[in-house]
Amino acid sequence: MTNKKLTAVLFVAAALMCLYGAYSGETETVYQKAANICMECIGIG
Amino acid sequence: MADIKKQKRIRKTVQAVWGIVTNSYLKGFAEGGIYDGALKKFCVPGMNCYSCPGALGACPIGALQAVLGGRHGKFAFYVIGWLAMAGLIAGRFVCGWFCLFGLFQELLYKIPLPKTNVPDRLDKALRYLKYIMLFLLVIILPFALHGEPYFCKFICPVGTLEGGIPLVMLNKGLRSAIGLLFKLKFFLLVLCIISSVFIYRPFCRYICPLGAFYALFQRVSFIRMSFDGEKCIHCGACARACQMKVDPVKTPNSCECIRCGECVSACPKSALGLGICKGSDKIIAEQE
Repeated sequence: MTNKKLTAVLFVAAALMCLYGAYSGETETVYQKAANICMECIGIG
Repeated sequence: MADIKKQKRIRKTVQAVWGIVTNSYLKGFAEGGIYDGALKKFCVPGMNCYSCPGALGACPIGALQAVLGGRHGKFAFYVIGWLAMAGLIAGRFVCGWFCLFGLFQELLYKIPLPKTNVPDRLDKALRYLKYIMLFLLVIILPFALHGEPYFCKFICPVGTLEGGIPLVMLNKGLRSAIGLLFKLKFFLLVLCIISSVFIYRPFCRYICPLGAFYALFQRVSFIRMSFDGEKCIHCGACARACQMKVDPVKTPNSCECIRCGECVSACPKSALGLGICKGSDKIIAEQE
């Protein structure tokens, strides 16, 4: 398999993973964490 | 020489503009809070703390730990898929062009003080540390223990710089909650700042789990380096220009290359290139 074809196949797989994750509600978990001050990140929690 | 300077100027401009655009929520700086709009569902490609008052997007490393640790044994399809897409498009080109913390370290390195050359063996050994950070602190521990974002909590100097310091300065309530953890993280940030004055991008070289993730895609990404052996006169100008200590002749798509393009500008014979699907179309194992 050539490099370009491998990259294209992997890219499609990654895009499908991303879509499945979004469909199964992971974006909500990301949003909940990112939209509130992350105490661990800033060194307080 | 003029080419190198022009190329450096272009890259610095891209880094700065990207940093400003992705951290442009001015209300956060004015009020000591953070943005909580819908854009926070999406990750930015580079390291950028989502608790920075100006941040418009989510930090991919923070998001990865949040999903792995907060969904009780479920895999992080969304964040890993997104990171893999970014890695497959650009590899560590993201580190060189779209990371604000990378720019911060580069500016510190410009301070005119004598620079340190980390001995080769130590340098090589330390470079594996970022993979330990990625697999242990970002993936395995949050996933196995269903809990804390260990990298963010105990290590990440980006969070301290972009989130911790401005929020503590702007928010009285948070200021009163400072404890030992904040002091530890502040110490790590100071260590990172001091070492950045003497070593080129030490956090990116040795610690950054996001750079480690993108490094996995260096040899298969759409944007990559190419090398034409017939044009090369083996003058060594490219290796001398590389601040990440990569020899582009031996390993044009090394896991350590941040694709800044300085070697391309330094080559007098145009033997090196950086572009989309450049170079060999066969998968060749490059020797480190």
